[in-house]
Amino acid sequence: MAILLNRSTRVIVQGFTGKIGSFHAEDMKRYGTKLVGGVTPGKGGQTHLGLPVFNTVKGAVRETRAEASIVFVPPPFAADSIMEAADAGIKLCVCITDGIPSQDMMQVKRYMRRYRFEDRMRLVGPNCAGIITPGQALMGIMPGSIYLPGRVGIVGRSGTLGYEAASQMKALGIGVSTSVGIGGDPINGSSFKDVLKLFEHDDETDAVVMIGEIGGPQEAEAAIWARDNMRKPLIAYIAGLSAPKGRRMGHAGAIISAFGESAQEKVEILKEAGVIIVPTPSSFGEVVADTLSRVKKAA
Amino acid sequence: MDIHEYQAKELLARHGIHVPRGGLAYSPEQATYRAREIGGGKWVLKAQVHSGARGKAGGIKLCANDEEISSAAEAMLGRKLVTHQTGPRGKLISRLYLEEAVDIAQELYLGFVLDRKEERVMIVASAAGGMEIEEIAETAPDSIIRATVDPGVGMQRFQAREIAFGLGLEDSLIGKATETIFSCYQVFRDYDASMLEINPLVVTRDGSLVALDAKMSFDENALFRRPEISELRDKSQEDPRETFASDRGLSYVGLDGSIGCIINGAGLAMATMDMIKIAGGEPANFLDIGGGASPERVAKSFRAVLGDKNVETILVNIFAGINRCDWVAEGVIKAIREVGVEVPLVVRLSGTRAEEGRRILADSGEAVIVADTLAEAAEKAVAAWRTVAKKKKAA
Repeated sequence: MAILLNRSTRVIVQGFTGKIGSFHAEDMKRYGTKLVGGVTPGKGGQTHLGLPVFNTVKGAVRETRAEASIVFVPPPFAADSIMEAADAGIKLCVCITDGIPSQDMMQVKRYMRRYRFEDRMRLVGPNCAGIITPGQALMGIMPGSIYLPGRVGIVGRSGTLGYEAASQMKALGIGVSTSVGIGGDPINGSSFKDVLKLFEHDDETDAVVMIGEIGGPQEAEAAIWARDNMRKPLIAYIAGLSAPKGRRMGHAGAIISAFGESAQEKVEILKEAGVIIVPTPSSFGEVVADTLSRVKKAA
Repeated sequence: MDIHEYQAKELLARHGIHVPRGGLAYSPEQATYRAREIGGGKWVLKAQVHSGARGKAGGIKLCANDEEISSAAEAMLGRKLVTHQTGPRGKLISRLYLEEAVDIAQELYLGFVLDRKEERVMIVASAAGGMEIEEIAETAPDSIIRATVDPGVGMQRFQAREIAFGLGLEDSLIGKATETIFSCYQVFRDYDASMLEINPLVVTRDGSLVALDAKMSFDENALFRRPEISELRDKSQEDPRETFASDRGLSYVGLDGSIGCIINGAGLAMATMDMIKIAGGEPANFLDIGGGASPERVAKSFRAVLGDKNVETILVNIFAGINRCDWVAEGVIKAIREVGVEVPLVVRLSGTRAEEGRRILADSGEAVIVADTLAEAAEKAVAAWRTVAKKKKAA
């Protein structure tokens, strides 16, 4: 099924009746996502975009058997919404919201661990573009038209740079199994490593493109894991060669504050771990095409 | 967001942490008057700029009388302090802080950071204070004590106590040190700090524990609930280009190159800057116009980028998901007509309504260099910039 999301995943929207929630709910529905309802506290019982609105996530889960939730709630209240989803038995939560305080995210992650591993919700984001399994379902804000269904997985921090990669691949006829945006915040739900594990075990993915950036330890951690555990080719790009130290480059997490966090250092770590490097952001397409043809020859 | 040393000390003092007696001064007269208020016979005059390593750069002076205070104040005020943290442009000194000099017996290091690997607040302490933490990590790595806080229950007193004992302090200081560490954590948590560093935390000859320096940064995402911290913002410490942009809701970081960038999305912005570099140019800035970019927002972005007089070419790179290329194109035309764009302009539009956007640019009759791909956009921008630079040289 590719990973995380397919055409039969039952999805609700938290922050459903707001302007942003409504806009993207419609877009997701149009793409083929099995949207079953939404949550806006105080608006339970109403119908919005032809779907039922609930006051609580628990109510929505009970009535619609929703398994997944996408959060468009504003930053001051977003952490609360994620925890509500975790408590209601949602299995997959994608949080699009940008601007959640770090301390709130620390609490969210601590809260999620109160559930047994088997029952624990998987969080993707916040501050991300979401998930798309091309040709099946969209739980996010990306333009569906730039993705061709296929067998290459994408995982990245940035939304638009992910679009760039997908469209370069599409131009060469290369499709995507699932694309996952893990977001640009310093503390996020799923790490690069978490998503690589899913792709490695997915029968419908042949290779993975990882799009990282300056700041934080996650790309290096993922590279070490891949070196020791991954059999599928891992292709990576790290953005921010020209970023100065100590400056936040847009994303709250895109800041070089420790050794090993600059783009140059990360590229070195990745190379050493045997990861295939995309040398420039205009060569995603070629490098992926080249890697796939080498894999085919070897097989 | 960074604040000044004196502001951090005020916050800490309010929570029971000992700091030296001191006062703020905007002029040499105020500085000498502060010395009378504080009393004693030795003072330290400290330039209030958002940077560490001020001592080596001449931003900290020990003074023994009015003349020394006055001449040190005169030398500092209005000058730009250049440290390895400020970059070559330096930061303006417009405020001074005068403190009583403290008789130091021992210097310690105490820091609180958000550890991204542990995803928790981490406390870092060392008995080898006075030098930067990177230096301690190199010269005395075994002296570093680390502990992380469980966000579910917060820091526990035993953790603070363990650190106090770990620092090898005398028994009479353990209680004070435990309280100091614990209170610092509370300040960090209660104000949504992202960094709190007391370096050095000193043991004085008369056996007290004093925060001799203090540095704090705050989580910008949490400022909505910390108006008392927003109030501490000092725009004179920011790059004026960045103040202009952030006041207009744009995410902008000023750099030293000549190719101005207007891009949507932080990752694509960084990648476009990388591409400019690979093509042989230097970006003048990072700018993410964000989602939902209206023509007005695009025009504002042009104002921000053109506020930098080093900009000799502009590159606009939009991959529209929630954005609309036709709106961006309208914004580009609006900017050309209202703001006035005297430098070459390269535009690449992709994604939602890219065709319509390109048509708007073509029909406008304005001199816009259009590119289809990221590589082409960077190459065209660098080529245009080279032509401008050559002309300038010839003139």
